[in-house]
Amino acid sequence: MKLHEYQSKQIFAKYGVPIPKGRVAATAREARQIAEELGGRVVIKSQVLVGGRGKAGGIKLAKTPQEAEELATHILAMEIKGLPVRKVLVDEAANIEKEIYLGITNDRAARKPVMMCSAAGGVEIEEVARLTPEKIIKVHIDPLLGLRDYQARDIAASIDLPREHWRAFLQIAMGLWKAYQECDATLAEINPLVITGSNQLIAVDGKMLIDDNALFRHTDLAEMRDLDVEAPSEIEARKYGLSFIKLDGNIGCMVNGAGLAMTSMDIIKLFGGEPANFLDIGGGAGADKVSAAMRIILSDPNVKAILFNIFGGITRCDEVAKGILIAMDEVKPKVPMVVRLVGTNAEEGRQLLANANMITAETLADAAQKAVAAAKGG
Amino acid sequence: MSILINKNTRLVVQGITGNEGLFHTQQMMAYGTNVVAGVTPSKGGEWVLDGKIPVFDSVKIAVEATGANTSVIFVPARFSADAIFEAADSGVSFIVCITEGVPVQDMMRVRNYLDQKKVRLLGPNCPGLITPGECKVGIIPGNISIPGNVGVVSRSGTLTYEVVYALKLLGLGVSTCVGIGGDPINGTNFIDCLGMFEADPKTEKVVMIGEIGGTDEEKAAEFISNRMTKPVVSFIAGQTAPPGKRMGHAGAIVEGGSGLAADKVKALQDAGVKVAKHPEEIPLLLK
Repeated sequence: MKLHEYQSKQIFAKYGVPIPKGRVAATAREARQIAEELGGRVVIKSQVLVGGRGKAGGIKLAKTPQEAEELATHILAMEIKGLPVRKVLVDEAANIEKEIYLGITNDRAARKPVMMCSAAGGVEIEEVARLTPEKIIKVHIDPLLGLRDYQARDIAASIDLPREHWRAFLQIAMGLWKAYQECDATLAEINPLVITGSNQLIAVDGKMLIDDNALFRHTDLAEMRDLDVEAPSEIEARKYGLSFIKLDGNIGCMVNGAGLAMTSMDIIKLFGGEPANFLDIGGGAGADKVSAAMRIILSDPNVKAILFNIFGGITRCDEVAKGILIAMDEVKPKVPMVVRLVGTNAEEGRQLLANANMITAETLADAAQKAVAAAKGG
Repeated sequence: MSILINKNTRLVVQGITGNEGLFHTQQMMAYGTNVVAGVTPSKGGEWVLDGKIPVFDSVKIAVEATGANTSVIFVPARFSADAIFEAADSGVSFIVCITEGVPVQDMMRVRNYLDQKKVRLLGPNCPGLITPGECKVGIIPGNISIPGNVGVVSRSGTLTYEVVYALKLLGLGVSTCVGIGGDPINGTNFIDCLGMFEADPKTEKVVMIGEIGGTDEEKAAEFISNRMTKPVVSFIAGQTAPPGKRMGHAGAIVEGGSGLAADKVKALQDAGVKVAKHPEEIPLLLK
């Protein structure tokens, strides 16, 4: 789950990372009011969960409260990469002398968190990572010991940070680590960490990704989820505990197991079709879950055929068949449906569906070919 | 012979009194697995499954009383890390964690702790493993595979079932089938299993089923190229998955240009591995 900049920075601040004075606003009038309170120059920053906000014109500098209101009006009416701007952050403008990158993420291969830092921070950090990766310092953190002071000092020395800033840097690095660890983040990033004209270190921008699997112990963070970044069908699917991702094709897929669901998409493509979605109904899905899944698939008007591929293990094929029948009764689908049931209670499932006017298939390849043909109208 | 589990496996089930734990204990026993104990804190002293299996308050007590050498974990995700730590400190040498949805930072702590001990973890978020005709630990259905000489290792669950079933339909049997799980940080990886299959006299050929995300398949390709004499056939799921979207498994995500299926297929082919276009092609490539 992604957090907005203002949410991430508020969390960082709780852990002792200095951030600019500022607040979030949902209207231009509020933005003006915040600018008046802050006095001086402010930055108006769109809060949307995509990168490249600045380049899209979603971050602007305002010299007066009047200008802040005008810019906020403009930005709040924008859509950036398909996402509506619903809020702007109004921050005191920092006097930037130098920009540093500082982040922590999971290093899957090393099985440890890794802290990354570069003296070449700012919007071009991805270019730096691509062209001159040696300019990014990486230090692995033992998850049982946590970040040690000496490691943070080593990083400061490695990026040639002047010694007068080491103390402040240490506090920020340690705060970022605690925020990452205590929030179960998979990414916690400050870019840029700015050295100001008055020689202060301050986190001007922030980003956090939170491990969805850990949200059970962070109900406060779970409430911060921005539903704009997900298709309505994906939100609906999550309610039922289904793993669903909308795609652009016309063959709806309902499968049990993530690996098999991906494989079903692949094989549809292999035989010349295009999947309309990824959908894993999970292990042991009952009739109610299956019928919800079918409603979600059919809510996509592009769907011209549906492929059911169920390999029963914990999941019982007869339960899936019951769910299909319930959903057919409710939504009266007009598209052709191809069904393949194998494994636990497959025979019982097939008998239940015998009169349901569905195309049956024995093998995975057979099922995919039939679905592709059905979607093409014959 | 086989790898990791066999007739000598003495199994303790953590979370035996839960629905999943109880159901799959029955299934494992019906298959012939020697289940010797169960653990549910605060239910020590009870017996389950018609008085056949004693329940203990802790894994340590269960191991002392029954000589269990392997543990399987069915406890909810929020308690899983603790269950693994407990098993690791209790004297079993092999732990299988079936539970899905364990937080990744929990797994980093678990893995770094286990690396200091002589205990192997399989999973989490995995279907477990089966040595057909002898023993199964976890949730892989017993009737979809037959004993044989093909070693199978996979990051997936039902896709694995699909593959061993396709093998069975063509009369090909399995030495051991291991599901390593779909999480980004796990206990046992492809290379561990490939090495064990290479050393196992009963295994003559190996099937490796990978998926998008991470670079484990690329590392496996390097291992196969340098260290393996037995033929390997592979399949990679997620060839059509869009970048940035998590395909169900916490580990199945293409990020920042890495983890792509095409890169994995190429690395494997370069290592001399035959890569199937779809799962049902695997048995044909093995023949």
